[in-house]
Amino acid sequence: MTGRWRDLAWAGAGLLVLLLVPLFGAPPAIRDFIMFGMAYGLLAMSLNLLIGYSGLVSFGHAMFFASGAYAFGLAMQSGKFSIPAAFALAIVFTAVLALIVGAICVRLNEIYFAFLTLAFQMLFYNVILGWVSFTGGDQGLMGGIPRPKFLGIDLADRTQLYIFCSVAFIVCIAILRQLVTSPFGYTLRLIRDNQERAAFLGVNVPLVKLTCFVISACVAAVGGILLTLFVSGAYPNFGFWTTSGEAIFMILLGGSNVFLGPLVGTVILRLLNDITVTYTSHTELVLGIVILILVLGLRKGPLDLIAERLENRRQAAAQAVRDAADAGANGTGKGGS
Amino acid sequence: MLKLEGLKKSFGGVAATRDVTLDFADGSLTAIIGPNGAGKTTLFNLITGRFPIDSGRIMLAGEDISRLSRREIVRRGIGRAFQVASLFPTLTVREALAAAAQAHQRRETAMLVGFPTGAAMKHADEVMELLGLTRVAGILSRNLSHGDQKLLDIGLALALEPKVLLLDEPTAGMGPEERWRMIETVQRLWRARGMTLIFIEHDMDIVFKVAQTVRVLSYGSVLAEGTPEEVRRNPQVIEAYLGKSAHGSAEGAAA
Repeated sequence: MTGRWRDLAWAGAGLLVLLLVPLFGAPPAIRDFIMFGMAYGLLAMSLNLLIGYSGLVSFGHAMFFASGAYAFGLAMQSGKFSIPAAFALAIVFTAVLALIVGAICVRLNEIYFAFLTLAFQMLFYNVILGWVSFTGGDQGLMGGIPRPKFLGIDLADRTQLYIFCSVAFIVCIAILRQLVTSPFGYTLRLIRDNQERAAFLGVNVPLVKLTCFVISACVAAVGGILLTLFVSGAYPNFGFWTTSGEAIFMILLGGSNVFLGPLVGTVILRLLNDITVTYTSHTELVLGIVILILVLGLRKGPLDLIAERLENRRQAAAQAVRDAADAGANGTGKGGS
Repeated sequence: MLKLEGLKKSFGGVAATRDVTLDFADGSLTAIIGPNGAGKTTLFNLITGRFPIDSGRIMLAGEDISRLSRREIVRRGIGRAFQVASLFPTLTVREALAAAAQAHQRRETAMLVGFPTGAAMKHADEVMELLGLTRVAGILSRNLSHGDQKLLDIGLALALEPKVLLLDEPTAGMGPEERWRMIETVQRLWRARGMTLIFIEHDMDIVFKVAQTVRVLSYGSVLAEGTPEEVRRNPQVIEAYLGKSAHGSAEGAAA
């Protein structure tokens, strides 16, 4: 089975598992957990396209999560758009926003890039807070998000909403997978590993980075839209810096070098949150300790650790091939002399 | 093929190259020598657009490439390898060469196909075969030996099918036997590809045995140029760079 067919089979299996959840009458709490997981999972997965694959550590990624949420919510509240049209509008709006922010940020490296994205996020957050007549300020978009039927789909129904979100989620994951296994994905790795050398190979580094930035923002926006549909509202904390921090934490918890690492991190973080909240009000303290263990102990996400072990095995096998070839060459050389 | 006309470059008032004028014939094999700080690597950096020139012109096949970006210069056909191998540590040899080849084939932003494309893979395989890297195809660049890292650095440039290839000290950091193996490989690829090859080298045995022409830089200026024998006998070069012993050995060789 080729890589692409295998990935499609995995995507189909993933979708099937998600769709089986309501079929087996899972309690609402589980369904809610999955819905939150899908929305924040897309935020973390899209951010990892920047951090893990391109080496661009953005502190402001939640801005695009919020822009998708608010653009979609406002479009639906205006009553002029169907859900697919508002969905598309929110993505286009986010793409344009990312194009402007990215065009300014991607020419900067490391800490300057990180802090400039953070600055833009705080600017966006303050626009949400300050423009009360339009965004509802610190109260968020009040009054609920209308969900008119389209193509026979009724998103006011929780099961149909769940199925819709599951499909949107899997499609986004499949798109991200296609990207990272395409020539474009490997060009991102070139830039991550050695930006200057990539330029000496003829790669248009700023353009590739900007393209990645915009795509990543659009996927984050889909996460925001799913959350807006789910909670029937959009709130300023979607775009606050702590949401970006959570996404980075999800990547740390799962692993940045394994494709589904951030998604695993999302599940771990939400579980940690839900479990610790039951026992203590000091959730942040528990999370802080987990971060310390990861950073000081493992120095990488658990999936990264497993992937590294597997890679070491592959490398040992490849080096055995090299040693055998070298030994053969030396033997031939000695025989000839 | 490549002409440098009056190249000048200063860093903070210190002149790195002063009025360098050189002409590299199509398909030639040239060594650039000179003491440390003579401006050899700076010259490569100016040719490849890493630093902008202060004045002068760089002509490639009749086209002025002085003001082009690094990317455009690469696209025109100038490839380079670095003094310290500049690689992609997390990619295997095959992946790195295929990624370089797809950049050359203008497929680096393709999103709808899988990596590597057939054409890029074929090209990467050819380069690995030419440089003897097939045996390490699956090894991560960071795990390669020093010699293989230097070969991969050259391979990355070769994957771009350059008309002019600049090699900055291809034998740096190698033992005597490994040096000769490397230089034989360089000669082999020069013959196989028929490109213009310019290399910086400190090992005079290699320079005088391999190069067709030698250009000597000193304090950012061209001190001498000519065949290896002409350069070896040049009194200015002997005084500034080679020393009396080289002169003596040259005379001995001539006798």
